[in-house]
Amino acid sequence: MNRFSWFNVTSLTLGFAFLYLPMLILVIYSFNESKLVTVWAGFSTRWYGELFRNEEFLDAAWITLQVAFYSSTIATVLGTMAAYALVRGGRFRGRTLFSGMVYAPLVMPEVITGLSLLLLFIGLGMATGMLTVTLAHTTFSMAYVSVVVSSRLSTFDRSLEEAALDLGASPFEAFRLVTLPIIAPAVISGWLLAFTLSLDDLVIASFTTGPGATTLPIKVFSAVRLGVSPEINALSTILIAIVTVGVVTASLATKRQAIRQAREEKMGERGVA
Amino acid sequence: MAETAAKPKPKAKPMPHEGVFEPWNDPNAKPLIEFRNVTKRYGDFTAIDDLTLNIYEKEFFALLGPSGCGKTTMMRMLAGFESITQGRILLAGRDIGDVPPNKRSVNMMFQSYALFPHLSVWENIAFGLRRETKDAARITERVEEMLRLTRLEKFARRKPHQISGGQRQRVALARSLAKAPKLLLLDEPLGALDKKLREETQFELMDIQEKTGTTFVIVTHDQEEAMTVASRVAVMDEGRLVQVATPPVIYEAPNSIYVADFIGDVSLIQGKASARPETPVPAPPVSPTEDPAAKAAPAAMPEVPVASAAPLPDGRAPAPNVMGEWLHDKVLFPILGRRPPTPKALSAPDKAPAVPEPAPAPPESGTPESPPELPGGGLAIHWADGLDPLVAVNGDPALAGRTVTLAIRPEKVTISRDKPATDNAIEGTVIDIAYLGNISTYHVEIAGGVMVKAQMTNTRRIAKRDITWDDAVWIGFSATAGVVLDA
Repeated sequence: MNRFSWFNVTSLTLGFAFLYLPMLILVIYSFNESKLVTVWAGFSTRWYGELFRNEEFLDAAWITLQVAFYSSTIATVLGTMAAYALVRGGRFRGRTLFSGMVYAPLVMPEVITGLSLLLLFIGLGMATGMLTVTLAHTTFSMAYVSVVVSSRLSTFDRSLEEAALDLGASPFEAFRLVTLPIIAPAVISGWLLAFTLSLDDLVIASFTTGPGATTLPIKVFSAVRLGVSPEINALSTILIAIVTVGVVTASLATKRQAIRQAREEKMGERGVA
Repeated sequence: MAETAAKPKPKAKPMPHEGVFEPWNDPNAKPLIEFRNVTKRYGDFTAIDDLTLNIYEKEFFALLGPSGCGKTTMMRMLAGFESITQGRILLAGRDIGDVPPNKRSVNMMFQSYALFPHLSVWENIAFGLRRETKDAARITERVEEMLRLTRLEKFARRKPHQISGGQRQRVALARSLAKAPKLLLLDEPLGALDKKLREETQFELMDIQEKTGTTFVIVTHDQEEAMTVASRVAVMDEGRLVQVATPPVIYEAPNSIYVADFIGDVSLIQGKASARPETPVPAPPVSPTEDPAAKAAPAAMPEVPVASAAPLPDGRAPAPNVMGEWLHDKVLFPILGRRPPTPKALSAPDKAPAVPEPAPAPPESGTPESPPELPGGGLAIHWADGLDPLVAVNGDPALAGRTVTLAIRPEKVTISRDKPATDNAIEGTVIDIAYLGNISTYHVEIAGGVMVKAQMTNTRRIAKRDITWDDAVWIGFSATAGVVLDA
């Protein structure tokens, strides 16, 4: 079998084009001199300059980062706890109901989640703002964290925890000293997932936000309704760059660690012989 | 740490037999672990069924049985990972039913070793010590001691994934011994090792057990392993203890077909038992003590074998000690389990049976030595119509009239072309030969399609062996070689 048959090459090209062509166009137009988004008038970084002078965008970005950081951190703690209860709790009463409820936000339409949260906040008499957006994001990203962490926990050798208990560790010490360090990669990737989800959430944020807590996606969306400005292209390009750098760094680090581990194992074997 | 492993514990009670480690025979000995009518149920399933058992200090106790027999559940109850449905478990006289695992002076070596992958060998061993003391010097000292004991000094800084399986096993052992527990539980500790390494490690385990004086309870499904390492073996089946005894007793005097079949290789011959006439020997076989009068009885012997259809010897005078040996075999050994005396506490029980038998002549020699006169009593087992019954002088006469099974070990069965002069001789055909290097096992089909295994040491080269497939042969065994079991 030829791995580079015409069929494979075509489908690969089409797939990548479908995924990345729109972004490529966006990146190219972010360097457009013209104020009109669709007309090319020469290379310029002018809109980047404009962007950094635009207080509104900067404020929105800062708020978004804060919301994403707090909500993903809270969601990671709660989601890990929920995953632990689900995987370790065994057959407790109402387990099926509990796990169903934990995973429901994954499939629940965002509009409904957003609306119900809004009704809750109004009912509680809470002023909508950054706090409510953070809480709302925590609610739905927690489900993602618990999915990621529980899939790791289900392959976790239970006897490691038992060994820790057996050696005199309290259940909390066993979790902190043995379980957590081992499942840490899953917890971190759960946090990253929650962070990303919160960064780009538009629907739930627009339901639960209030004055003074406009997140970046809301800002972009409302700006686009007045016409796409080249500034938004520039902003999107920066976001793409950040995400790309992050993803590439993470995968390189993972790969480096895998290589080092393989080398250490080989050395271990030589040491035996 | 309450005590270091090296410090000898005060051992108050004198042993019944000096120099022999048999606390289970000493009515004054206080058990370290007591299972008192312990039952464990999971829903409708009963994993442990009303089990009572004592395990003594410094014992190397093996729980042996097929998977699902409840041996692991027992161990996990000792460690505190399983609750007890009914009954009580006492450790050094204290009920440990409600004590959580991290508060018990019991440590466990897990089947998967359960080494912490993110910690170095050194840190793994120090884990338990760190939980009870902040004294860094003491931790260092104890970890170094454990590393020396398990010969792991060179690997202290490695992570578990950087060392071999055998080394991991030793790390797990060092980690579980570091806190000098009263009791060490070993869950199939050698299951992951290859055969050669496993055998080495068995002796290493016994050595470490002796050095530290810790009580070991090992769970295994490998009967050879249990026999090698343990001072006593408990054979389990479906949540019950079938037999608890020393390895030689378990092997030589199994109390049921289940045990006989589970431990080692065995041939089973079924038949109807009838009592053999007693000699005037005034020692009823059930008598727990040896009657000195028995010594005076040999004169009455020759009239005994008349009822027996076993091949009769030529009336030679009985060997001097036959009566005593027979009484010992028959009376003391199955009932009290005192024979053969274990020579040294906790040493490896010799796998070769220690029961002296009328030495079977090597089949090749052709001129078998005549066996001594058959003692009376015991059972005759009518196993096939028209053929001589088998003689088992150690059979319990209470079984007369019942259908019984004669269980006999292959190494106690001889095979020859000519009819041997053993107490029992049966004609058969060689169906299969398993060549194992040092020995060969012959599968011989006798009347009624019953298969009997006979073992022969390969003292000669293959080409010289004269018995081969489909040969008509004779198998022979002495009147004390087998064990008569009910049903």
